[in-house]
Amino acid sequence: MSNLLFQLIINGLIVGTLYGVVAMCFVLIYKSTQVVNFAQGEFLLIGAWTCWWLVTSMQLPFWLAFPMTFAFMMVFGIVLQMVVLRPLIGEPVISVIMVTIGLSIFFQAVMKSIFGVWPQPFPEIFPMKSVDVFGLAVQPAYLMSLVVSLVIMVAFAWFFKYSRMGLAMRATAFNQQVAQSLGISVKNVFAMAWAISAMVSALAGVVVGMVNGVSSALSFFGIKVFPAVIVGGLDSIIGAIIGGLIIGVLENVAEYVDGQWLHLGNLYTVAPFYVLVIILMIKPYGLFGTKTIERV
Amino acid sequence: MSVENTPVLEVRDVSLGFGGVRALSEVSFEVKRGELFSIIGPNGAGKTSMLNCISGRYKPTSGRVYLDGRDVTGLTPNIRATLGMGRTFQNLALFGHMSVLDNIMVGRHHLLNNNALTGGLYWLSGARKEELSHRRKVEDIIDFLEIAHIRKAVAGTLPYGLRKRVELARAMAVEPKIILLDEPMAGMNLEEKEDMARYIVDLNEEWGMTVVMIEHDMGVVMDISQRVMVLEFGRKIAEGLPAEVMENERVKVAYLGIDDDEPAEAGSAA
Repeated sequence: MSNLLFQLIINGLIVGTLYGVVAMCFVLIYKSTQVVNFAQGEFLLIGAWTCWWLVTSMQLPFWLAFPMTFAFMMVFGIVLQMVVLRPLIGEPVISVIMVTIGLSIFFQAVMKSIFGVWPQPFPEIFPMKSVDVFGLAVQPAYLMSLVVSLVIMVAFAWFFKYSRMGLAMRATAFNQQVAQSLGISVKNVFAMAWAISAMVSALAGVVVGMVNGVSSALSFFGIKVFPAVIVGGLDSIIGAIIGGLIIGVLENVAEYVDGQWLHLGNLYTVAPFYVLVIILMIKPYGLFGTKTIERV
Repeated sequence: MSVENTPVLEVRDVSLGFGGVRALSEVSFEVKRGELFSIIGPNGAGKTSMLNCISGRYKPTSGRVYLDGRDVTGLTPNIRATLGMGRTFQNLALFGHMSVLDNIMVGRHHLLNNNALTGGLYWLSGARKEELSHRRKVEDIIDFLEIAHIRKAVAGTLPYGLRKRVELARAMAVEPKIILLDEPMAGMNLEEKEDMARYIVDLNEEWGMTVVMIEHDMGVVMDISQRVMVLEFGRKIAEGLPAEVMENERVKVAYLGIDDDEPAEAGSAA
């Protein structure tokens, strides 16, 4: 019985790192461009479908399809920022939010019309048989996702701490006017933020798609990211990761509690949002967020 | 040569309006290479508006701005920065959570060639060598401003005077042809002001940097500037050597409110 709980916690941590990665992408966009991106989940969806299409319809090997998906999402992110979001700079926050919600609905519909409404399994890239880790059954794809997530997190940390563009992005997030006076192109930084966010989210989308199949359920990740981001604080990258882990574990523990004692059903899905409400009541800026940021 | 003679900065008939308010009316001036030029004027005279027109934050309603003979009127602030314009801000604008060194390194952004991809191949792409040479220049600036002991400190935790110095260091890191200082001594005590004045003079004389400065402290301005321009209600009312400007009747009126017809007004002096 406690073995089941332990198993669920491990699952929660693994899914949590993925939430963390997507939350990080969300925070990246919020921090550098002050846009609350409700279409974050659709990045996963589009990325996963693109990769799926390349692998199944185009019959490309995965090692080729994967970088191509990456490249496509980079271009996609940049174009989206340039065409849709750049004209909205300086418009009221609520307008920008409505646009991202609109984008979310639009992309979901487009994906459904192209690829249909049924979940499609990825061709087997990793063996689906569970491997034994400390006496627990873990799917290899999940293990890979854990590794990939950790690599992304380290890469993010390195990028922001040491790279020239990372430094420029931090500077822009802090004060656009000053950043400009130092020769940083705010336009490029914005485009870069969307590109990175789209790319990394797509990566998460592909990983989840391999385990659960590709379907519109992927965009639900974008909604799950909200509790994670609110828990961590809207503008903290570290907070996003920790928030993701908390939400991942919480979901699974809620599932366990529900299954053992409460029998309410579906607590798995709802629990993160209870936490979201509670956090907003007692610590409205999240665990790591800046106190002065605007809540929307 | 003509390069020596062209002014580093030329402002020609710049006007700026916000709705019905005219912040600047047809202001023209030139700043020569290697000059220390000050813009003074009572509060609301349009000094910071002028600086913002030069640096590109505001677009003048009419008139042109030339940097090194090149028309930069339509260019964005970041492009002007890469062309050789550095500035500091009236209200401290350091990246508070970054270290002093990182703050200064941001100033070198446009001089670094490696992008995120080649930077990833740190050891192969020359990014390491590049960074080392940049660090050397940054260290020169740090030595000059005597902020070596705080280079690792988080900028937001430093006292005011030091933060102003770090901001100057960051503007210098851009390697500009001209540096714009918006009230570099505002809110400082006498000792800090003297220090800052010395740095500005050394920057001008030893580093050969052309400096445009806005400052309220008349003592300092008249002491260190080579030429002074006076603005009042968005108009240029005087320009010349400090001594000449001090003797100018219109300047006296603007600053002290002394007028033949009206009794003296208090409170408008800087």
